[in-house]
Amino acid sequence: MHMPLEDTLGLNLLAANQHQAEHNREHFDAWDLLCLNVMSSPGAGKTSLLERSLAALATDHSMAVLEGDMTTQLDADRLEAVGVPVVPITTGRACHLDASMVSGGVKLLRQRLDPAALDLLWVENVGNLVCPAEFEVGEHRKVALLSVTEGDDKPLKYPVMFREADCVLITKTDLLPYLPVDIERIEAHIHQVNPRCTVLRVSATSGEGLDEWHRWVHQQLADQRQSRAAAPALVTV
Amino acid sequence: MHEVDMTKCLVLSMNEWRQQHEPSLPVVSQVHLQVGDFTCVEPEQLVHTWRIAIQNSWLAGAELKIEQIPLVARCVCCNSTYSPSADQAYQSPCCSHPMEDIVSGRELRIRSVDYSLNPELAPLSA
Repeated sequence: MHMPLEDTLGLNLLAANQHQAEHNREHFDAWDLLCLNVMSSPGAGKTSLLERSLAALATDHSMAVLEGDMTTQLDADRLEAVGVPVVPITTGRACHLDASMVSGGVKLLRQRLDPAALDLLWVENVGNLVCPAEFEVGEHRKVALLSVTEGDDKPLKYPVMFREADCVLITKTDLLPYLPVDIERIEAHIHQVNPRCTVLRVSATSGEGLDEWHRWVHQQLADQRQSRAAAPALVTV
Repeated sequence: MHEVDMTKCLVLSMNEWRQQHEPSLPVVSQVHLQVGDFTCVEPEQLVHTWRIAIQNSWLAGAELKIEQIPLVARCVCCNSTYSPSADQAYQSPCCSHPMEDIVSGRELRIRSVDYSLNPELAPLSA
């Protein structure tokens, strides 16, 4: 005998990933570090920016990088050369990092160092303006990059990525004199889909805007630690 | 491509749901999702990957039904709701204000499951 039944779930479709992301974040909180998820289309300048930022921030901060790449370790090798521990995560066919991949990367990282000694854990996501926007990895802040060469319409064409970002970096501003692009228009379109995010203009080549970007990172770390001090994490690791 | 990983998450949630019914084996006829228009999900892709993912599994034959939820935002200037569009740069038609508060459209939700319990079937082994 079959009894037709209906069960109302109201569950997040990505609940499995969400649970793992929350578990990752509990660890990050217990280690008192700030995790930043850096996302953009391929070639927007994530690795070049991190090369500059890791070098500049290393004097005051202890850092490590989880480096997502579909097939190669090229970016991981570039960042390792800066002198910061890097764990490559090759995703194979997957076009984004998910929370379990980051968990695996953290396990490998723990074989090399004690994460409790870190201030910042950078996650460089796979180059893609669509998929990474929906998959949390346990980060505290999302950073999206958009290079001036990509055109001012991208925030409107890929709005979820820019809506989700806490900070959007407009990169490669040193190229502006050579391009028919209106950076004010890029900024306006970002704010149309996300009026609350911080938007900064940067160039990893000329160094423009990097100090302000690094101040933003430093402030997020300070804010995160202050909020933890006000509400200590209950988890034990 | 990411619909494959979304389907994996969905199947994991369904496996957990099945465990709640042990030792009975629920026979699922339909799984109802709510998917917002302001997400990175292509509903047809999700249905396609679902059909492939559940072949030869306990969910074989279960249909995925997707209710698309329109993007609706609230203008923080005048409190009216509107349907943002890329053509209008997501701004409110009343006050030309940026898209601040999203009322609906970000849903990625497993709403409900239609199923039956067949007592003639043997319970699942672990």
